[in-house]
Amino acid sequence: MDKPFRRRDLLGIRDISAEEIIGILNTAENFREINQREIKKVPTLRGKTIINLFFENSTRTRTSFELAAKRLSADAVNISVSSSSVTKGETLIDTALNLDAMSPDCIVVRHSSAGVPHQLAKVSKAAIVNAGDGANEHPTQALLDAMTIREYKKKIAGLEVAIVGDILHSRVARSNIHLLTKLGAKVRVAGPKTLVPNDFQYLVENNLRVTKNIEAAIEGADVVMILRIQKERQDSAYFPTLREYSIHYGLTQDRLNLAKEDAIVLHPGPMNRGIEIASEVADSSRSLILDQVKYGVAVRMAVLYLATGGNPTTV
Amino acid sequence: MKLLIANGHLVDPTEGQNSGKNLLIEDGKVTAWLSQNESAPEDAEVFDASGMIVAPGFIDLHVHLREPGQEHKETIATGAAAAVAGGFTSVCPMPNTQPINDNAAITRYMIEQAEHAGLANVFPVGAITKSSNGAELAEMGEMKAAGAVAVSDDGQPVPNAGMMRRAMEYAKDFDLPVIDHCEDKSLSSGGVMHEGKISLLLGLKGMPALAEEIDAVRDILLAKETGAHIHIAHISTKGAIEIVRRAKNENINVTCEVTPHHFTLSDKSVEGYDTNTKMSPPLRSQEHLEAIIEGIKDGTIDAIATDHAPHHSDEKALEYDRAPFGIIGLETAVGLAFNELVHKGAIDLVRLINLFSANPAKIFNLKNRGTLKIGSIADVTILDPDLNWTYKASDSKSKSKNSPFNNWQFTGAATATIVGGKIVYRK
Repeated sequence: MDKPFRRRDLLGIRDISAEEIIGILNTAENFREINQREIKKVPTLRGKTIINLFFENSTRTRTSFELAAKRLSADAVNISVSSSSVTKGETLIDTALNLDAMSPDCIVVRHSSAGVPHQLAKVSKAAIVNAGDGANEHPTQALLDAMTIREYKKKIAGLEVAIVGDILHSRVARSNIHLLTKLGAKVRVAGPKTLVPNDFQYLVENNLRVTKNIEAAIEGADVVMILRIQKERQDSAYFPTLREYSIHYGLTQDRLNLAKEDAIVLHPGPMNRGIEIASEVADSSRSLILDQVKYGVAVRMAVLYLATGGNPTTV
Repeated sequence: MKLLIANGHLVDPTEGQNSGKNLLIEDGKVTAWLSQNESAPEDAEVFDASGMIVAPGFIDLHVHLREPGQEHKETIATGAAAAVAGGFTSVCPMPNTQPINDNAAITRYMIEQAEHAGLANVFPVGAITKSSNGAELAEMGEMKAAGAVAVSDDGQPVPNAGMMRRAMEYAKDFDLPVIDHCEDKSLSSGGVMHEGKISLLLGLKGMPALAEEIDAVRDILLAKETGAHIHIAHISTKGAIEIVRRAKNENINVTCEVTPHHFTLSDKSVEGYDTNTKMSPPLRSQEHLEAIIEGIKDGTIDAIATDHAPHHSDEKALEYDRAPFGIIGLETAVGLAFNELVHKGAIDLVRLINLFSANPAKIFNLKNRGTLKIGSIADVTILDPDLNWTYKASDSKSKSKNSPFNNWQFTGAATATIVGGKIVYRK
């Protein structure tokens, strides 16, 4: 039997155990079916209040969390803070305390600065769920990626997973590295050295290596995960041009052919077609980008359910 | 007025003194060392220092007192109160006030505010360049005449080697040490913690050790060329310490200081994202911390200075990326030095006293301070190496409470502080 996911806060994958990860994934499996029903709503979280506190814009993640809450009958409120309190000079902690005073059960937070969910968790009574903090973690993304991989590969242990692109600034990469290595996959990371420092191999103790180039990372991989290139990084001169990036680091069909024949392709979105991923790859049957989005709702239902006190064995 | 500090153990590194002596102070000056059998002069007030160490007054070469301009963080009076509560008889405030201390009027104002407070001595550090903008030299000669003891552009280090060379040449004429906060900002800008495994793990932008080391190399080469005295503020990396060690072997006129937080904490403390672990230079990794301890042991590092940097709680209650750099340190420095250096066996008590008194006095040419020889100014720090106590940031005399050492337990403290023959603090 799975151990219950006992934490109210989900701040990152780094500080949860393999058992807890599997507990969340199994709970998500149980919720998956609700999303296919004619009437996509169950009363599980009726009377619970969930605040989606987004300091950084995001259409997909916010919609996914909102739908997850609503399909479980929770009351969900969306707040975009970037334009309100910060400009009025309110501190981060004040913003959190004010929302917390309205007694939400859970605050889902996204912020461009690493560590904000951890800071809020110290002061708030509500459970804190990290929906992405700076370059630190994006735990629900890694969970939905894991759910997608499990669906198609039936396992995670022993898989070879390549993560390619801007690792340095990627919270998706960090959460995935923690999750995949905890569950026994072997991870290779690659990209321009300016964005993939060698020290990255020390991020976790085992099963992670930085490869010399993207080809070495992809060769023989079961899963190829492509990260989004944030165009604004170009201003900081991490690489010369998007054109050069696409030629040397983009996932083309030729490069994908180096992976295992049945390799799958994941991308956390939104994609820059023709830059980090060629359109023919993105649109091919091996690309599971829309499945990732689909499973995202189930994963977030599970996380909200567990964060607000649900028990994984009684779904 | 006479004060007899009786029954204590007198340690004065400059005089090779390390035994029981009574210290007689008259009119703010040390007038005699008496045998402990001798009876006290009848008209003297007696301070019983039984079981205590009597040391030359501690001098902090690096503080931020925020006045003028940011009195919500600290004033010269509150900073001086924190100083004496931490055992410091003198502090040297950096010029990054608002406006910048780049002229004699501000230097004089700071000294006057300190005189009003009547606690610690305040020896201001003037700016190297006007508004610390790195473009035009500030009036160093005038500031020195007004009481400034050194020059620095502090957190806005002079970025241009040509300007720094000129500043050193000019400062040398006035025997002013030039202090540099070594940081090549082209390597560190946007960073919020030490660049390394932990910064990668936490997803925070790193400030590489290299940023400090490249500037240290530049400054030392310029000191060699100009003959000026370069003092490297808050040294924090293995490479910078090695560079200073080699420069000293070549007899280049270089000194350096280290902060208590850099010899105590590593970048692992940043996990948890407490903004009281954010300072510049950042907390370094274990290997640098070990090199710092080695540098203290072998004498490469000359002084302990706090870089006391008060910030209001509202300013620290921000995202790690946005919170300001710096922590308060005046009231924890002595406790940390006892815990981390003396009780762990890295250095003995005499060396500790040297790092806090005789050496800092020598670095900034503070005449008749950092010693208790007959005729010197009666600035005295009384220490109890065995006192167990707990630091509560909320009880700090500083206006700000931004310390990572809240609730830390210490063994060893300054239990009384005497400035100019006057007891200004008793624990």
